[in-house]
Amino acid sequence: MKKKNLAALLMAGALCFGLLAGCSNGNNPGGNSGGAVTIKVGGIGPITGDLAQYGTATEWGAEIAVEEINAKNGPVKLDYRFEDDTGVADTAVSAYNSLKDWAKDAPLVIYGCTTTAPCVAVASETFADRYFQLTPSASSPDVTANKDNAFQMCFTDPGQGVAAAEYLKNAGLGTKIGVIYNNGDAYSTGIANAFIAKAKEVGLEVVATQTYPDDKTTDYTVQLNACKDAGADLVFLPIYYTPASLILAQAKQMSYAPIFFGGDGMDGMLDMEGFDKSLAEGLLLMTPFNASGTDERTKSFVEKYQEAHGILPNQFAADGYDCMYAIYEACCKIDGIADMDSQKLCDALIAMFTGGDFSVDGLTGTSMKWLESGEISKAPVVVKVEGGVYVTQ
Amino acid sequence: MSFLNNVITGISLGSIYAIIALGYTMVYGIAKMLNFAHGDVIMVGAYVCFFAMGSFNLPPVVGVLLAVVVCTVLGMVIERLAYKPLRAAPSLAVLITAIGVSYLLQNSAQILWGAATKTFRPIVEGSLTLVPGQLSVSYVAILSVVCCVVVMVGLTLFTGQTKMGKAMRACSEDKGAAQLMGIDVNATISMTFAIGSALAALAGVLMCSAYPVLSPTTGSMPGIRAFTAAVFGGIGSVPGALLGGILLGVIETFGKAYISTDLSDAVVFAVLIIVLLVRPAGLMGKYVPEKV
Repeated sequence: MKKKNLAALLMAGALCFGLLAGCSNGNNPGGNSGGAVTIKVGGIGPITGDLAQYGTATEWGAEIAVEEINAKNGPVKLDYRFEDDTGVADTAVSAYNSLKDWAKDAPLVIYGCTTTAPCVAVASETFADRYFQLTPSASSPDVTANKDNAFQMCFTDPGQGVAAAEYLKNAGLGTKIGVIYNNGDAYSTGIANAFIAKAKEVGLEVVATQTYPDDKTTDYTVQLNACKDAGADLVFLPIYYTPASLILAQAKQMSYAPIFFGGDGMDGMLDMEGFDKSLAEGLLLMTPFNASGTDERTKSFVEKYQEAHGILPNQFAADGYDCMYAIYEACCKIDGIADMDSQKLCDALIAMFTGGDFSVDGLTGTSMKWLESGEISKAPVVVKVEGGVYVTQ
Repeated sequence: MSFLNNVITGISLGSIYAIIALGYTMVYGIAKMLNFAHGDVIMVGAYVCFFAMGSFNLPPVVGVLLAVVVCTVLGMVIERLAYKPLRAAPSLAVLITAIGVSYLLQNSAQILWGAATKTFRPIVEGSLTLVPGQLSVSYVAILSVVCCVVVMVGLTLFTGQTKMGKAMRACSEDKGAAQLMGIDVNATISMTFAIGSALAALAGVLMCSAYPVLSPTTGSMPGIRAFTAAVFGGIGSVPGALLGGILLGVIETFGKAYISTDLSDAVVFAVLIIVLLVRPAGLMGKYVPEKV
């Protein structure tokens, strides 16, 4: 019994020590390696579990940018590491703590998380600890709300819904609109609500609003029937591509052929193994990144990504790539970065991002700027699937 | 017309649940354990068929057979490695092991085949038009119902007529007594897992043909639904699994169509609770009073 108690005490002690170590790091000034300042970038995202496809994309996209940046021999080098959060909030906080441990000897910037719920949890930690945080893809406004240190590379959900309604109005598409969304998911609900509100405002007629409870749902015939019966000639799908692929297949089976219009979660559908691309013909979607784009930077990124991982990068990967460049370019412009710890760097980066004259050119947009709220400002891009590839509209 | 459409959707979905539920119910009836890894065997079966048809261009029939063979072996291996050493352990230990096996299969699938969703090519395509433009039945739905009926009749004959089937029934009544009568209980349990897993492979292929997405977690939700169906019909009862599966499919579809798409699961489980209140052993289960 005594031995057990001792062991328990030791374990508890070790745990406390771990916690303390977690709290006290990050105070050391930036490490110097051959004149260049090294900044540690700690990434968090799901690389196992249901959402692994999104997490790995953000991990790999950033990796390519880090390699390019470090090969430049610029004034700043990035030391990059990615931790798994399995898409769960408390795992993400543990991942964040182990990143703080890892970055004892150099200033740390947090890159992540990939998905909203973990990102909200980590952002409230980084806000208290004063670490700068940039997420590639967590799009809820909750991520940045009341936190001056959290910034987004992607559109916010309501921002996307508003942009979608405005686009439809301007393009004159869809006289009667159906909406099918996942009301168990903040991303989907956020876009859908903003879209419906904006649609009403600009005079678009929404004839059917259908929901489903989670992305494991496989049968959408009921929802599609409701849209069909209401006479919808355009169906807005602010959802991820896996359920969307089922919706397209089932709509075809019931000979219902409206225009389908999706958000950025739809990106990736064409790369699903075994997917019949003809199902997606004519599909419109808003995505900041087009892997068949012809500019030099996109081509080189796609080539490197394909070589390393055998698949085409999606917008998650591109957002990750742009995050690294945003961090790098901002760090290069900060004076006296060599003497900064994580907290000072955090304040300097916030000042840089919200300063007004800082902008970044990347794969997902040009002259991207940030608002004080942490939200990004870049132009939305709508693409149409034609012959199995994206064509920018 | 939409009513008939819903009936058809419900029955075809229910047939798939029923085939999965048969696996649950047989294993429970004989080994007295809940094999929560059953749903993930479905997923493995679907992947095997997917690669057989997609990467090796084999005909669908060969793909299905291959899936059945792989899953049968997998089921027996799981039983041998994970459950057999625990034969004398408390049922809770076996239950936790089953959950562990379930995660092992999911994560292995993710390492082997990646997390990205794949699109399954249906083993039969097209649909039969009954009323043009309004009512049609997909061949997959017809095939599911046919498979379900064939499996059901086959299993009834097997457990009723063959020696192995009789051994299974004996084991489910009383393992100790069966052993004393010279029945190899371990071989019988192994056989049960083999049959259950073969059915899981079949269900996996049918399910992915009806709803063509495939990911490492594909099997978990239908697995839970089918488990519900097995309890609904009376766990341990073969005709009960069929009845439970079909009813579950129909209730789920009707709940979606006429009550609410968000509440359909709640409706299913509410019906389950009511049934269990009235008939604690499920619709066709035998109620055995506990002797004190």
